[in-house]
Amino acid sequence: MAVSITDQTVEYVAALAKLELSEAEKERTKKDLEEILGYMDTMNELDTEDVEPMSHVNPVKNVFREDVVINGPDRENILSNAPEEQDGCAVVPPTFN
Amino acid sequence: MTASEIISLSALELGQAIKEGRTTSPEAVDAYLEKIAAEDGRFHSYITVLADEARARAAEVQAKIEAGELTGPLAGVPVALKDNLCTKGLLTTCASKILYNFRPPYTATAVQKLLDAGAVILGKANMDEFAMGSTTETSYFGPTGNPVDPEHVPGGSSGGSAAAVGAYLAPYALGTDTGGSIRQPASYCGVVGMKPTYGAVSRYGLIAYGSSLDQIGPLAHTVSDCAAVLETIAGHDERDSTSAGDPAIDMHYTDALVRDVKGMKIGIPSSYFGEGLDHEVKEAVLAAAEVLRAEGAEIEEFDLPMVDYAIPAYYVIAMAECSSNLSRFDGVKYGYRTERFEDLQDIYKRSRSEGFGTEVKRRLMIGAFVLSSGYYDAYYNKALKVRACIKKAFDEAFAKYDVILAPAAPTTAPKKGESLSDPLKMYLSDIYTVSVNLAGLPGITVPVGQDAKGLPIGMQILGNTFCDKTIIRAAYTYEQAAKERKGGRA
Repeated sequence: MAVSITDQTVEYVAALAKLELSEAEKERTKKDLEEILGYMDTMNELDTEDVEPMSHVNPVKNVFREDVVINGPDRENILSNAPEEQDGCAVVPPTFN
Repeated sequence: MTASEIISLSALELGQAIKEGRTTSPEAVDAYLEKIAAEDGRFHSYITVLADEARARAAEVQAKIEAGELTGPLAGVPVALKDNLCTKGLLTTCASKILYNFRPPYTATAVQKLLDAGAVILGKANMDEFAMGSTTETSYFGPTGNPVDPEHVPGGSSGGSAAAVGAYLAPYALGTDTGGSIRQPASYCGVVGMKPTYGAVSRYGLIAYGSSLDQIGPLAHTVSDCAAVLETIAGHDERDSTSAGDPAIDMHYTDALVRDVKGMKIGIPSSYFGEGLDHEVKEAVLAAAEVLRAEGAEIEEFDLPMVDYAIPAYYVIAMAECSSNLSRFDGVKYGYRTERFEDLQDIYKRSRSEGFGTEVKRRLMIGAFVLSSGYYDAYYNKALKVRACIKKAFDEAFAKYDVILAPAAPTTAPKKGESLSDPLKMYLSDIYTVSVNLAGLPGITVPVGQDAKGLPIGMQILGNTFCDKTIIRAAYTYEQAAKERKGGRA
């Protein structure tokens, strides 16, 4: 099943990935998606009807511990990386007006 | 000891020389820093050289060694760290514009374990941006050159780590391997590189690419160095729930440094030696297999199925995982923020669009696509099923064989600029390495020769889950036997 990649598909995946693309990037993305997804379709040659999907190779399970704070207050240090900081918080533009 | 004598030593030999007082940690660090200053302009193996920090740290470590507080085999020995490993207060860029100014508030567990053992960080090594690439050409800070010929790539994504070791600009390095990113550059640069079993080393503080595939591992000049480094960094960590917690797992890796493969059953997958493999690489790897046969191993060819499906399954899973992992980069909490914005959505979209490079954006979008409604089953879920089939194929192979031999890459290091224009071609070159990550297995690359141009050729030795010691023993045996054949001391 070859996927046909439309302009809408490109805009949709860019929106999902929170990216803004130039016209040239959109063209390139369309070509890349077609070519790379087309190649990924070779997986369809393999019958996996009765196979359980494997998201992790080692058995992983929930790990529980007591709800105790182990990383000390480090606000100043952490915020020193923020592009804009005020009163101990990272600053962003208003989301509601 | 002169600077060139210091540089000629392996990491363990240097640690021994420091311990015996034949040299000191500050002397060793100076020797490397001076060589980096003089020569790394040609290779660009480092993004950040930490000269002042390293000198200050070496003096501290030396005092602790002399006071008898640091007694381990790597105390005082300098190291290069791939720049996706968080180092508290020290620039950690992941070779991306989006982290160009990031100073992590904490240190990765593997790095902390090295520091506790007396390591001195020389600098942060170049890499493909977010480890996405096979040549170290996608780095925002520019490509790294191969130590043998800087016109050629060092491989990737741990290309800076491999080149730093290969060019003797660090005695050893840490790299990370998501689809071959330690083993392939080790092969291209003529050094030893090991990806341990998934879960052997904590990923805490490793900036995530594909969380179910990523592992940290060593690159060095000798198998012994790799085993000693791995022994230092391995073990359970409360802060990584996927790190192995079973006390029955034997992590005394240096115990496996024994020259003995008598009766070891070695499988050679015929499909790995067919079409697409350069004949010089093929001959060098098969000749290395004969060295192991002469040491007493039993070698036979066998049919490993599923090889054709490894790359598509790998890239679907890696891209899906990265599209999720990299959503944290938003221009708000740390890293690059766009200058052109009106609202919060602008900050997200433009910081990411301006901050990520072409290959990263490509993978984020394909990742978003394969996870999207309507395509999830056809791509992501299908890839997880193929992954289960690949794991089963390895389980069956390891029921018959102790280790598997393979090339690390189809060719030796290509010239710079040949891979970037055709991403699919670059993905296809990962054919011999990605299955190991899908199945969570350990693999080690050892140098086995050169092509006609003098570019290094590496051989991979693959093992079963948590049989890392078996591949170390096979690699050590090959290394010692090959050295003896060359007339060196074994």
